[in-house]
Parts: sequence; structure tokens; C-alpha cells
Amino acid sequence: MSIMEKDLTVKKATREAFGDEIVKLGKENKNIYVIDVDIAKSCKTVNFIKQLPDQHINVGIAEQNAAGLAAGLATTGKIPFVSTYAVFGSLRMLEQIRQEVCYPNLNVKIACSHGGLTPANDGGSHQAIEDMGVLRSVPNMTVIMGADYYSTRKLVEQAAKVYGPVYLRFTRDTVPIIYDENEEFTIGKAKQIKDGSDIAIIANGDTVRLALEATRELEKQGISVKLLDMHTIKPLDREAVVDCLNIGKIITVEDHNILNGLGSAVCEVVAEEGKGTVRRIGVQDQFGQSAPYEKLLELNGITTENIIKTAKEII
Amino acid sequence: MKDISIQELKEKAIQLRKTALTMIYGAQSGHPGGSLSAADIMAALYFKEMNVDPHNPNWEDRDRFVLSKGHVCPIQYSALALRGFVPYETIYTLREYGSPFQGHPDMKKCKGIDISTGSLGQGLSCGVGMAIAGKRDFKDYRVFALVGDGECQEGQIWEAAQTAVKYQLDNLVVFVDNNRLQIDGFCDEIMPLQDLEKKFDVFGFETKRINGHSMEEIVETLDEVRVAKNGKPKCIICDTVKGKGVSFMEDVADWHGVAPNEEQYHQAMEEVAGGLK
Repeated sequence: MSIMEKDLTVKKATREAFGDEIVKLGKENKNIYVIDVDIAKSCKTVNFIKQLPDQHINVGIAEQNAAGLAAGLATTGKIPFVSTYAVFGSLRMLEQIRQEVCYPNLNVKIACSHGGLTPANDGGSHQAIEDMGVLRSVPNMTVIMGADYYSTRKLVEQAAKVYGPVYLRFTRDTVPIIYDENEEFTIGKAKQIKDGSDIAIIANGDTVRLALEATRELEKQGISVKLLDMHTIKPLDREAVVDCLNIGKIITVEDHNILNGLGSAVCEVVAEEGKGTVRRIGVQDQFGQSAPYEKLLELNGITTENIIKTAKEII
Repeated sequence: MKDISIQELKEKAIQLRKTALTMIYGAQSGHPGGSLSAADIMAALYFKEMNVDPHNPNWEDRDRFVLSKGHVCPIQYSALALRGFVPYETIYTLREYGSPFQGHPDMKKCKGIDISTGSLGQGLSCGVGMAIAGKRDFKDYRVFALVGDGECQEGQIWEAAQTAVKYQLDNLVVFVDNNRLQIDGFCDEIMPLQDLEKKFDVFGFETKRINGHSMEEIVETLDEVRVAKNGKPKCIICDTVKGKGVSFMEDVADWHGVAPNEEQYHQAMEEVAGGLK
């Protein structure tokens, strides 16, 4: 069935994809390690702990230590996944990641649940709106967020197989399954969900489903949409963005600050190419607060309706 | 472990001091104070205790060394040069573009560096990771980490320490270069560390306190901890003098990160050469 017709009511959180995939990977490769920081239950590594205790380390509430410890493990040939919340995995551990993981280019993966505004009722302190942007600016780091359960599993698998630091971000909440189980994904290569000629929409993470719904509606109204799932924002698939410049009108959608994330990355390419228009839909450079997730998205204009409205404005 | 006499190790320590001073003088940049305070410990580690192979620096069964106080790398670079990891002439390239001897240790550029360091408080965690891997893989290698006393003001040191105890890393030996000084002055004035020996002890380490400039005591203590496979990580608090061996540098905070001029260099070289007397 084409993604365009797919029923979007079957949902699963992408943190579940990490939890499931890491057990499979750990069984295949004894060098895969998970480092937890006391939040194994919510980061979905509990099955890994049960089934592969010899490949598990829990350092307690000590994220900075976790990053350095992972680096030390990596020097011995292990492939450690530090599992935590996105806000801690990016910011609390930032300097440790920079100094001990990225600077020596070690094979450490930072696997983070609760990305973006998804820790909604926990409030602004727990919502990670800067994480991908911050880590995008550290040399050697790869930055990824899958759109659904199956794509996330494939991307976690790939992250374990490519050498070097990778930051992976997952959703706390459930998101519709939009891909088939056997769909292939390549780090650094955008997934084209649909080709089109009037407007290009580039989304990542759980906002791909909003972009997909908007695309369906726009198509109904006779507007031809090219839809890309830009699961890797670094290295960005520059070629895919340049390809959108034939259309010339681009909307980016992300559950991240409009600064430094997907929107900024796309703007950099478009500005360097010297043509095209971009509208960025994302967190409006403001902190979140405790509220239902959908409400927080609405407060920032990260909605299907706003994507449709923006598309019509710039066509 | 290599067979070498105390007297020979003392001579190695003198060579390390002279080499480090020459590097820093040549670069007109670097950290002499902490390099000199750590020299005796480094001599004992690199010329006697550590099981490393200059011809196979990435040998997977080697002992690991973590210079958590990365700014004193001239003393480690001196050891690596004198042990043959890198050609001796390389000492004249400290802090130059393209040199293996970066301003702080860079494992990608220099053979024999097991982990890049330079931001204080972080190295011990890396050592803990290496030691856990050694345990899980049933390897006999050990991990030696050198931390500064001032560095112990960083909270991450204690995160790493509690993890080392939890995972029973008796293959980890932490040296504290307890020279009592940090950049701005005496640790006791800037942020008192209280009794580091007691602190590590309470965390669950097997802790010893020695004169970090007595080669006899260093060697004797290393002999003791080598055989103590009791599930406890080891901590050796080494009482040292910042700038040790150079009269005008000893106990002077201002020599933390300043290179000597020509006259000072020659005097310093003469004084450290007389260290055996």
C-alpha cells in the first residue's frame, strides 16, 4: 500500500523502536553496550538489561560520567549506546560529548528518548528543543531522528554499523506507523515519500506524519507536493534539498526550535545555492510549558493546518 | 612490568623533567608546574610499571594511561619520546601546527595516547570505561589515571569514583598529583578539597598516601596495589610540589602555565639535573 493511502491510526512510540532494536543488535554483537542513567524504564532499555546484563552498565544519575565512560569503552572496541532523555543527552553531556566522544571521533551513540516537545506535561525543563541544533554544530557528530517505529529501527541498526558518534532522537509519545517493515533507510539520504511539482515539504521525526496529512489534503485540492522525510539532519542530504530548488518553494517542519535544526540546515543550502524560498515551521524560539503535546504543537504552529496554509501562501 | 632499579628510575625522572622543560621552553608555551610535580610518578609508570609496547601502541592487552589533567602533557610526551613511541626530535614541535604534541593530548595525533583529554574532570570516567571493558572481556590489563587535586573540584570525578567502586574495578589505579596549587592560587583558598585520602576511602577505594617525589615510596606502593585484587579500585594520593626541582618554580602558582625565558631555562635545567643529589 502506498504511504499516501496508509491508515495512520496504528501507532507506536519511536523509543519502543530503540528498545526493540537494541536487544536484537546486542544479541548479534556482544560489543554493543547500553549505558543507562537511572531512566531505563522510560527509555525502553529494560529488556536489554534483562536479556543482556553483561552488556549493560547503569551509572545512576550521572550523565556526564556516562558520556566519558562510553568513550573509554569505545577505545576498547565496544559500541556503547548512552540512553537518556534528549535534554540531558544533548545539553547536560554536551561538553563531555564534544571532548571525549567527538574530538577523538569515537564510536559512541547517544540514544535519546523524549525528543522535542514530547515530554509535554513535564514542562519546559524537560522538552528538548535545542538538542539537534547544538549537536549538529559539533564536528564528527551525526544527527538523526526517525519518523516512525520501523524507520527508527532501521536507523538505529545503521547507526550501530557506521563508525563514529551518532545522536539519535526518539519520541516519548506514539506516532503513526507510516513505513512498511522492510523499507530501507540510509543515514544521510533523505527518504522521498512523494514526488511533486508545486511545493516541497521537508519534515523529520514525528512531524513527518503532520506533513503527510497536509500533503494528502493539498493533493486533494489539486496542489502537487514533493514530500521528504529528512531523518538525518547531519550530514544533511544536500542533493535532495538542491533537487527541491527546481520547485523553488520549500516548507520545513520539525519538532525543534526553528533555529539550528532542520529548518536552518535547509536554509543554509538554499542560501548557498542563491535561489528558492523557505518557510520554517517549528518551535518559535520559545520554551514550552506543561500542556498536552498537541496543544504545544498548536502554540508553535506545528500543525497540519498551518502547513497547508503556509503552502498556499507561498505557492 | 620492567626490571629497573630505583636509581635508574630517578635518572629517568630527571630526563623527563629536562625534556619537558626543553619542550615548553622551545614552544614558549605550556604547563611546567604540574608537569614537574608529576614527573616521578610518570617515570615509575612508563619505565617500570606499565605494560606497553612502543612498537605496537594500540596492542589490545596493553595497560592504559589516562592523563585526566591533560595540560601537563609535556611530561607524558617526554615519556612517550624517551620510550620510543615517537621520535625524540618531535619534542621540538610542541604546540606546533600538525605536531603529534598538541597543547593537550590528542589520541588521533599521537601514538601512545589512550584518550584525548584537556577539559578537567572528564578523564577518570574514560578510565572507568576502559577498566569495565577489561573486566568484562577477562583481560589482565590495568588502567592508570592521573588526576590533579584541583581537578577533584569537578563533580564528575566523584561520579566516576562511585562507578569504579560499584563495578569493583581493582584494575584501576588513580594517582592524585596532590601539589596543592591550581591556576589562581592554593586549592585551600580557592576551593578546599579537605582530606582527599579520606574522601576516596569513603567512596570505597583502597587508598594510600605517599610522598610523590620519593621513588622508593612510589615503587613500593605500586608493588602493593599490583597484587591487591580485592575488588577495590586503588587511589594513591601523591603529595607533591608544583614545579618540583626548579627553585623559582616550586610552590609558585604563577608557574602553572608559563614558559621560562632563556636564562630561567638554563637555570632550571641545571637545577633539575642536580636532582639526584
